[in-house]
Amino acid sequence: MSDLRATHDIHTRRFSRNLGVALALTGLVAIILGLTVVKVKRGDGMERFDHVVRPSIESSGS
Amino acid sequence: MSEASINVTRDYEPTFGDYVALLKPRVMSLVVFTALVGLLVAPVSLHPVEAFAAILFIALGAGASGALNMWYDADIDAVMRRTAKRPVPSGRVEPGEALAIGVGLSGLSVVMLGLATNLVAAGLLAFTIFFYAVVYTMWLKRWTPQNIVIGGAAGAFPPMVGWAAATGSVSLEACLMFALIFMWTPPHFWALALFMKSDYDDAGVPMLTVTHGRKTTRRHILAYTVLLTPVPIWLALTSVGGPVTLVTALILNGFFLKGAYDIWHRDENMAEADDYRTERKFFRLSLYYLFLHFGALIADAILRGLA
Repeated sequence: MSDLRATHDIHTRRFSRNLGVALALTGLVAIILGLTVVKVKRGDGMERFDHVVRPSIESSGS
Repeated sequence: MSEASINVTRDYEPTFGDYVALLKPRVMSLVVFTALVGLLVAPVSLHPVEAFAAILFIALGAGASGALNMWYDADIDAVMRRTAKRPVPSGRVEPGEALAIGVGLSGLSVVMLGLATNLVAAGLLAFTIFFYAVVYTMWLKRWTPQNIVIGGAAGAFPPMVGWAAATGSVSLEACLMFALIFMWTPPHFWALALFMKSDYDDAGVPMLTVTHGRKTTRRHILAYTVLLTPVPIWLALTSVGGPVTLVTALILNGFFLKGAYDIWHRDENMAEADDYRTERKFFRLSLYYLFLHFGALIADAILRGLA
């Protein structure tokens, strides 16, 4: 357990930047989650064609 | 991270704020405002989460094009006093980083706007980024004194994108909101160019003041202001307009025309004598002009909601 070392200077200097990136990414995740909840609750079409037969959307798509 | 890799550092560690500055937050705030108006006055309402996401990704797209602009224009930004402290010319952010952030955020914003709203809005946002970063920044800005006129289209798209995000289409009202910003841009920037004289001269950017002289610029400001006048009045008479927009348009256009006439009426000696007082006043008024017109559209939308 003697591996503990003082925080390297660069970690201190980059802390605010890393924190900013972390908050931005967390915000993006929250927005994607929020959009998903809204669209699923409203019953938006969640399926799209992806090179396989999708009988569930073929009838409405054609 | 190994000890070897963390020792490879630069003299200045960019902060998160430096990267935010790449996105031109002041321009973004105008984009957020006009896009929000376009979205709110549309006859179709979005879920608040979708509306928030739409505005955020439109703003992010605008920021991305700002980063691409800073990457490409670092050489002329370094020469101009107004822009020399930007992150790339001041050396706080590497040009490659600005390019990567610009390209990355462009893709992210367009894809996410498409997923959050619809493909028309996403397509318009992609075109806006392309127009600002490629057509304006890489092509027009250094080539023609009409750079401001045509490049102004990039700044005019946000309300149209906001409208498209809500409705999935583009209508006369959206086109008039576009036209309002498009026609407003030349007098706004040419007034700035008149009193930020040495900046554009030093950078060799072919602004009208540099290529055709200041007398011609004054004439152009008046001409474009006259052409701008009918646009907000027409907008006030459409389905998104109303009494507030009409009164605002009549009053502000009166002041704006008077300001443009005063600028046209002056010569350089008069302007230098009072340190471009009229030109500075016109520039400040132009900021209120846009803000109040779009604010009036919101006010009319609220009045319609109450009726």
